[in-house]
Amino acid sequence: MCLGIPGEIIEIDGQEARAEFWDVEKTVRIDVVDEAVEVGDHILNHAGFAIRKIPDEEVEETMEIYESFLEGDEDEALEEIGAGEGEQLGIEGR
Amino acid sequence: MATNAESGDDELQFRDPEKAEQLTDELEALMAEIGEPVNVMHVCGSHEQAIAKFGLRSILPDDLTVRMGPGCPVCVTNMPEVDEAVALAEEGKIVTTYGDMFRVPGTEKSLADARDEGADVRVVYSASEAAEIAEEEPDREVIFFATGFETTAAPTAAVLTSDPPENFSVLSAHKYVPPAMEVVAEMPDTDVDGFLAAGHAATITGYGLFEDFVEEYDTPAVVGGFEPIDVLYALARLLEFIRDDEAGLENAYPRCVSREGNVPAKQQLWEVFDTTSGEWRGIAEIPDANLVLSEDYAHFDARERFDIAVDPGAADPLTEECICGDIMAGKADPDECDLFGEECTPQDPVGACMVSSEGTCKIWLEYGGQPDL
Ligand code: SF4
Ligand code: SF4
Repeated sequence: MCLGIPGEIIEIDGQEARAEFWDVEKTVRIDVVDEAVEVGDHILNHAGFAIRKIPDEEVEETMEIYESFLEGDEDEALEEIGAGEGEQLGIEGR
Repeated sequence: MATNAESGDDELQFRDPEKAEQLTDELEALMAEIGEPVNVMHVCGSHEQAIAKFGLRSILPDDLTVRMGPGCPVCVTNMPEVDEAVALAEEGKIVTTYGDMFRVPGTEKSLADARDEGADVRVVYSASEAAEIAEEEPDREVIFFATGFETTAAPTAAVLTSDPPENFSVLSAHKYVPPAMEVVAEMPDTDVDGFLAAGHAATITGYGLFEDFVEEYDTPAVVGGFEPIDVLYALARLLEFIRDDEAGLENAYPRCVSREGNVPAKQQLWEVFDTTSGEWRGIAEIPDANLVLSEDYAHFDARERFDIAVDPGAADPLTEECICGDIMAGKADPDECDLFGEECTPQDPVGACMVSSEGTCKIWLEYGGQPDL
């Protein structure tokens, strides 16, 4: 539960947002994030909550680092974002 | 392992062999300057995972030892806390918890055992999902067995401040990292020359929090990320401090961590929680490191609301032999435990360190005993 996973906000509804984590869509709460977030922003999801907005200039690097880190270890990431059975992260190259 | 066709090697920093080599050379050079063995400790399950998964110990200088500390909140959850959750489930209440917590053994059984026996235990991935269950089941009591450090305590706080249903309550086993670092730093036989502080917890609390620690314990600390290059980089900065005999503090994870941390989250955290002393499994009684609901939120406190009848049965005699505590205090390695990989396996864990994906014993077993690839 300590692994933060980065995702992209695709829809906001009050304190809840839909975020996409490599094709897997999940609801995250955005009320403890450190800054206002908008659709298109990337956030670090931690146990269903966005805990940090990833600065735009760091998004690409952050996503790449995570892609490599999660390779071969997707189960934990899936558990972390509350994905259901059979869902898979669409990480490039797998 | 699959390769990522789209992103070239040069973009993947930690895979960048040149950069990794540079850093390991730097570590060697620093160790030569220091001229004696160095022990550093990390306090983050994710660090152990990165170190083990990428075989970092094998590329570190021989006399640089990276010890694991109390870095996993699941591993340090005390057995009686699990017993409380089990007792509530056995009374017919709905108990929700994170997946990591589900199979951690209490004195007699785990929540998974309780569910096998018919109790209503549900795995959730967030505190708000637990509150949603309470909404869907207005006639039942729904308890969230809340574990984790600052990063999960802040979300729990957010749920409690946003008016959850009446039938929702929290059994808090949340823990707060900094006091545990102090206790470990003071243990006479632990002998830590520097700390690699947990990047994710610091996302919330900010690295400024360690300023006092560094000064008071005269021990340097570096906040590090958990990708291999981050770890190597943080270790290099730490060795620099050690070489200069300086109790410095550095943030080597600016991608996620600022000095102040996440201010609104911190405010919520301290509105909802107070600290209290308590036992960290196998380590010690730690002052001010357990988070309990503050008076204002006492009506959501499962311990206030219910008379929790914990009946610790006879503890599994094997747990006496579990050395999780020594491992998390940096005094022993998993393969020094007589039960490691034999009586104690991820399928049938004796201690908590074998359960969670970032528990040291499980990691070591997964990556082939001493993960020194
Ligand atoms: S297993 Fe990992 S994610 Fe779970 S509590 Fe421990 S450190 Fe956190
Ligand atoms: S191998 Fe099992 S029993 Fe031994 S220290 Fe690790 S968790 Fe405890």
